[in-house]
Amino acid sequence: MDFNLSEEQTDIQKAAREFAQGEFDLEHALDLDRNCQFPLKIWKKACNLGFIGIHFPSRYGGQDLGLLENILIVEEFCRQHSGIGMALGFSDFGSEMILRFGNDDQKRRYLPPIATGEYASSLAYMEQDQTDEFSSFKTVAIRNVDGYLVNGKKLFIVNGALSGPMVVLCQLNNSECDEQVVLIVEKNSEGPAVSMMGGQIGMRMVPMVSLTFNNLQVSHENLIGDEGNGQFQFINFLNEMRIEVAAMGVGIAQGAFDLALTYSKQRVQFNQKIASFEAMRNKLADMVTRIEMARLLTYKAAWDFDQNGGNVMLNYMAKMISSETAFEVADDALHIFGGYGYIVENQIEHFYRDAQMLNVFGEVGRAQKKLIANKVIGKI
Amino acid sequence: MNFDLTDEQKKVREMARNFARKVIAPRAEEMERTGEYPYDIMAQMASLGIMGIPFPKEYGGGGGDWVSMHLCIEEVSRGDVSMGALLDVTTSVVANEIYTFGTEEQKQKWLIPLAQGKAIGAFGLTEPDAGSDTASLKTTAVLEGEEWVINGSKQFITNIGLDNASIIVITAKTRVEQSGKWTVSTLVVPKDAPGFTLGQRYEKMTFHASATHEVFFDDCRIPNDHLLGDINKGLAQHLSVLQTGRISVAAISTGLAQACLDEALTYTTRGFRFRQPLMESQTIPFKIADIAMMIELSRTMYLKAAWLKDQGKNYTLEAHFAKLFATETAKKIASDVLNIYGLLGCLDEYPVSRYFKVAKLFEIVEGTSEMQRLVIARELLGKNYFVI
Repeated sequence: MDFNLSEEQTDIQKAAREFAQGEFDLEHALDLDRNCQFPLKIWKKACNLGFIGIHFPSRYGGQDLGLLENILIVEEFCRQHSGIGMALGFSDFGSEMILRFGNDDQKRRYLPPIATGEYASSLAYMEQDQTDEFSSFKTVAIRNVDGYLVNGKKLFIVNGALSGPMVVLCQLNNSECDEQVVLIVEKNSEGPAVSMMGGQIGMRMVPMVSLTFNNLQVSHENLIGDEGNGQFQFINFLNEMRIEVAAMGVGIAQGAFDLALTYSKQRVQFNQKIASFEAMRNKLADMVTRIEMARLLTYKAAWDFDQNGGNVMLNYMAKMISSETAFEVADDALHIFGGYGYIVENQIEHFYRDAQMLNVFGEVGRAQKKLIANKVIGKI
Repeated sequence: MNFDLTDEQKKVREMARNFARKVIAPRAEEMERTGEYPYDIMAQMASLGIMGIPFPKEYGGGGGDWVSMHLCIEEVSRGDVSMGALLDVTTSVVANEIYTFGTEEQKQKWLIPLAQGKAIGAFGLTEPDAGSDTASLKTTAVLEGEEWVINGSKQFITNIGLDNASIIVITAKTRVEQSGKWTVSTLVVPKDAPGFTLGQRYEKMTFHASATHEVFFDDCRIPNDHLLGDINKGLAQHLSVLQTGRISVAAISTGLAQACLDEALTYTTRGFRFRQPLMESQTIPFKIADIAMMIELSRTMYLKAAWLKDQGKNYTLEAHFAKLFATETAKKIASDVLNIYGLLGCLDEYPVSRYFKVAKLFEIVEGTSEMQRLVIARELLGKNYFVI
C-alpha cells in the first residue's frame, strides 16, 4: 500500500491548480454561465499547456499518462470553478471511445486535434424515453455498400454545438442480429440536423443539443471497433467516464467547501466568527470528511483502472458517493453563505446547480445502486 | 379534535387552487425567464380578496382566519412560489404588523390599501452585518422636531422594487434627543419619503419574478406619527410578526413540495414506466411514498400552528417546527423529484428545474434552519442555558 501521489502526479496537480487559479476569470464565468457559452479561450490555453488529453499516447498528442493523472487535473479545474471545470473536463468527451477502441488511422486523425484544442469531441447516446444505458437504441444504422445509413434522434449531446467529431451509438439492423455499432460522424454540411436543447440547471458552459439523423451516410472507415461490439465498448467507455465524473464531484465539493470555510471565518454574527459556533463546526467537519471519503474511492477507482483495467463496481461506487457528496457539500456551503449564497456574484450558487446536474448526468444514484446490487448479489 | 376544514376554509382553498392552476401556473415559466413582475396577476389576487383574508372587513380584509390564509398561500405557491412570497411578506408580515401594533389612524392609512391589494408592503430587517443576528443593526433614526431622520441601509428587501410597493416597515436604532439612550423601534417609511432610495436589484440564482433590492436611507425624513407601536419594543414587535411569517414560509414550501409531487406523479405514471413488475418498481414508488408523507406532515404542522394563532394561543414552537420541517423536506423533495426526472428535468423549461433551484431559499429566509433549531432548543431548555 502507498497512498502518496508520485512526484510527477503532485507536479501535475500543482500545475493544474495554478493554471485554474491564474486563468479562470470568474467575472467572465458569470457571463458564460448566464449565456450558456463554452469557455473557448480558457480551453485553448489549457490545450496549449497539455492539460487536455494527457492520457493519450504521445504519438497522438498526449503525454502517455493514465486516468489518475487525467482526473487530478479535472478535480483541480472543478475545484476552482465547477462550470469551467466541467466544460474543460468534458471537452474531450467521447475521445476515449476512439482511444480505447479505434484503429491507428482513427486515432491519428482525431486524437491530436482534440488534445491541441483544434476541436472538441462529443458523444451521442441518449434518446427519448431511454430508461438506462443498456436499453436498445432507436437510432438505427443499416449496413450498405458504402458503410452505414443512419436514422434517428439523439438528445443531450455534450459539445454537440461545437465543431469536431462525434461518436454515435446506433442499433445495428441488418436483420440478422440485434447488436450495436459505434460510428464517428463529422459535423459538416451533410451531417445531422442540430438543434439547441435550451439552458439547463447546471453545466451551462456545456451547451447541449439534440441531433436528428435523416438517412445520413457514414463511411465504413468511421466504424469504431468491431461491428456488433458496440454495447461492450460503450460499457467500457462509461466505466472510464464514471471515474472522471467522480473526480468532477470531488472537485466541486472541495471548491464549494473552500469558499464556505473562508466565508465562515470572516462572517461575524453575535460578535463571533460564525466558524466558532458548534453547529457550524460540526457541519464543516462533516463536509471535509465526506470529501475525503469520496476522493479516496475516486482515486482508488482511477488507480485500479490504470493498473488492472478497472473494476466496474468500484467505478459505480466512486461515481455515486462523489456525486452525492458534491451535492450535499455544495448544499451545506450555500447554506453557510445564507442569503448571500443565492446572489450570483458571490460565486457559490453555481456549485450547487452544477453538483445537482452532475448527480443526474450519466445516470442517477438509483441506476448505480441497481448495478452495484447486481454485482454484489449475483444470480439468485 | 376535529381535522375537518370549515366550509369557509374549504371554499378559500378551492378558490386559490383554481386560481393558481388556471392563472398562475401557466405563467410561471415566463415569469422566471423574463423576471418581469406579473402586475395583472397581483390585480386579480387583489380583486379575489386574497391579500386581506385574515383582517376584519372594516380594514379592507375578508374577515377570515389565518388557517384560510395559509391554505391560500399553499395553493398559490403550488402555482408559483414568488406569488406565495408576495402573500407572506405583504399579508402575514407587513399588514399583520400594522394590524397588530398600529394605531387606528395608521390602520386606516396603511392597512386598508394592503388588505385590499391596492398596495404592496415590504419588510426591512436584514442589514449587511445583521442577518441571523438581528440585533446588530446599524440603521439609526433620530427625532428632530416632528420628524424622524433615518440613516443607514437594509438589504435583501423583497418586493420593495415593485411599482405598486408603497411602504417599508423597518427596525432602526432610535433616540429622541441628542444625549438620549438608543433603543430599537419600528418605523413605517413610505417609498416616496425624501432621502429614501432604491438600490440595486440583486441578480439571484432564481426567483426572478420576486423583486429583491437593497434600500438606502440618507437623511430620510418621515413624520413622527410613522413610529409603529412601542418605541422601546421595535425589535420584539418586528420579530413577533415573523412568527406568523414562519407559518407562511412553511405553507409556501408545502405548496412547492406539492407541485413537485404533482410533477413526479405525472412523469412516473406516463407511458413506459407504467405497469412495471413489483420487484423492479420499488425505488421510485417508495420515494414517492416518502414525499407524500413528508408533504402531509408539513401541511398538518403549519395548519396546527395557524389554528393555534387563530385560537389566540402560543404557537412559537409549532411555527418553528413547521418552518424547519417544511423547508428542509421541500428542498429534499425537489432534489429527489429532479433525480426521478433525470436530465430532462434539468432543462430550464421544465418546472422541476425551477422548483429545485428555489426550494433551498426557504431554508434560509425568515430565519435559517439553525435559528429555528436555536429557538426551539431555547424554548425547551430555557434561555439561561445559552450564553450568546
